Amino acid sequence: MEIPVMVGAGLVVIGVGMGIGRIGGSAMEAIGRQPDAYGKIQTAMLIAAALVEGIGFAALFAV
Amino acid sequence: MLYMLKKVNAIALYMFAFFLTSIPSLAKEIQPGKDLKTEIKNYISHHLEDAHDFSLFSFKNNLGKHVYVGIPLPVILWDDGLKVFSSYKLKHGESIVKKGSSFYKLEHGKIYKTDSKGMINYDKNNHPTNKLPVDLSITKGVVSMLIIAFLMFFLFASLAKSYKENHGIPKGIGRFFEPIVLYIRDEIARPNIGEKKYSYYMNFLLTVFFFIWFLNLLGLTPLGVNVTGNIAVTFGLALLTFLVTNLTGTKTYWFHILDPLGSSMKWYSKIPLYIILIPIELLGIFIKPFSLLIRLYANMQAGHIVLMSLIGLMFIFKSWLGSSLSFGLAFAISIIELLVALLQAYIFTMLSALYFGFAAEDHEHH
Amino acid sequence: MEKLISEFSLGLFFWQLAIFIGLLLLLRKFAWKPILNAVNEREASIKNALDSAQEARTQLENLQSENQRLLKEARKEKEILIKEALKTKNQIIGDAKKEAQNETEKILSQAQETIQSEKRAALKELKNQVGSIAIDIAEKVINKELENKDKQINLINDLLKETDFK
Repeated sequence: MEIPVMVGAGLVVIGVGMGIGRIGGSAMEAIGRQPDAYGKIQTAMLIAAALVEGIGFAALFAV
Repeated sequence: MLYMLKKVNAIALYMFAFFLTSIPSLAKEIQPGKDLKTEIKNYISHHLEDAHDFSLFSFKNNLGKHVYVGIPLPVILWDDGLKVFSSYKLKHGESIVKKGSSFYKLEHGKIYKTDSKGMINYDKNNHPTNKLPVDLSITKGVVSMLIIAFLMFFLFASLAKSYKENHGIPKGIGRFFEPIVLYIRDEIARPNIGEKKYSYYMNFLLTVFFFIWFLNLLGLTPLGVNVTGNIAVTFGLALLTFLVTNLTGTKTYWFHILDPLGSSMKWYSKIPLYIILIPIELLGIFIKPFSLLIRLYANMQAGHIVLMSLIGLMFIFKSWLGSSLSFGLAFAISIIELLVALLQAYIFTMLSALYFGFAAEDHEHH
Repeated sequence: MEKLISEFSLGLFFWQLAIFIGLLLLLRKFAWKPILNAVNEREASIKNALDSAQEARTQLENLQSENQRLLKEARKEKEILIKEALKTKNQIIGDAKKEAQNETEKILSQAQETIQSEKRAALKELKNQVGSIAIDIAEKVINKELENKDKQINLINDLLKETDFK
């Protein structure tokens, strides 16, 4: 039985969503722990989220 | 300043006059009879694509036919010589344009070369097989970019001038943009590229940031332009980032790619690893800008699709509850899109700066 | 992916590159360079002003501490001077006292010596005078006593009795 590509893309999007959620959550925690390092944490968070997001796009455009 | 205002007024007046004269000439009909959902779907997909004229709005006339109102733009084709004509002649794909000895017809947003009857031949995948001339038309997207380019030029040139006139303190709208310029310098360029070399990249980073941001914001206006959500534009931007990264790459940068492990291992034990590692590193050179172009494109495209779908839902529901709900949602999404417009410009600039930082790395690695 | 490639428009790509690069070059000349230069200049001037203010403050502080130091030194010197003066005064007074005492003692001892010698001389004279007076008196007494013969013989006898011959 063949799994439709759409389902695969959906799965990838779920994974990416969880990943970005974790990145955001961890960043919030880190900011809570060290409010002074806000700028650095935000930058790192955005970069990591952007990289994860890229995987999501790759899956979406494979459809 | 007064001089500038006069100039802007003159441009606005000219555009308004152009707009008025173009209204009657652009009335155009399309075939009715499709249901609302397909119409909205077509409308959205039409909006997402580039267009050969600057359409402002359309309505149904008394006969139930669609009338398009907009500004015709020049079509420039390279097909055995330069061919220029107004997009008005294409009539949204309704008529065939004869130029020289060739005939051209608009089909699904592209201009094809046809025979005298305007026949478009399709293959079994429903793709047209007609010849495509090289299309260098001034399309809606190009006009939007030109508008943004002029806006940016006047904005920042006047900001630069106000420094001279006001002893190093900005005046007027420059007070709003100066902190952003400083933010890009101090928070994006300096930490990522390094104190020594960041100034070489500042021109590119500033231009790319404001270009993307302004275009994103223009995409949120009811003008209905979708420039940064177009793959050709984001490809161009990412290509420039790619070129700047690799053309300014130092010896250290290429060492990192071609010899990522450095002297931490003996050369013979590195060989099996490098069979896998070096292709990945080389691929990474292209994947980095590719992710840039896909990210910007997909975010803007997705934002436009969601917004337009929600607006379309208002007309599908046709009830007080459903329509007002989708209006509220569309409003909320618009506000989020305002943030996304800034965020995507920031991320593009930020990641470009990061890649430049890799390229500009100068110290010896171990 | 296919959709992306079919959507790709060469014209838009060309114009995008042309507009962007043109904009980049124009902005570099007319906007970014002057803006960044002006901002850098302003920052440098602010930094200079802050630096010079800091320098002035440190100079002032130095001056103040110098003043303080000088004042302290002066006070110390004054104290030393006063102390020395006191010491000198005491010394002078002490010396004077001692000298005065010495002088007094000397004068006293001289006086005493003079008194002694005077006394001695007086005593000598007195002795001499008393001797001569006693002799005179004794002469007269003897003269008177020895007028009668019996009495002379009696006396001689008495004297002889008293004398012890051995």
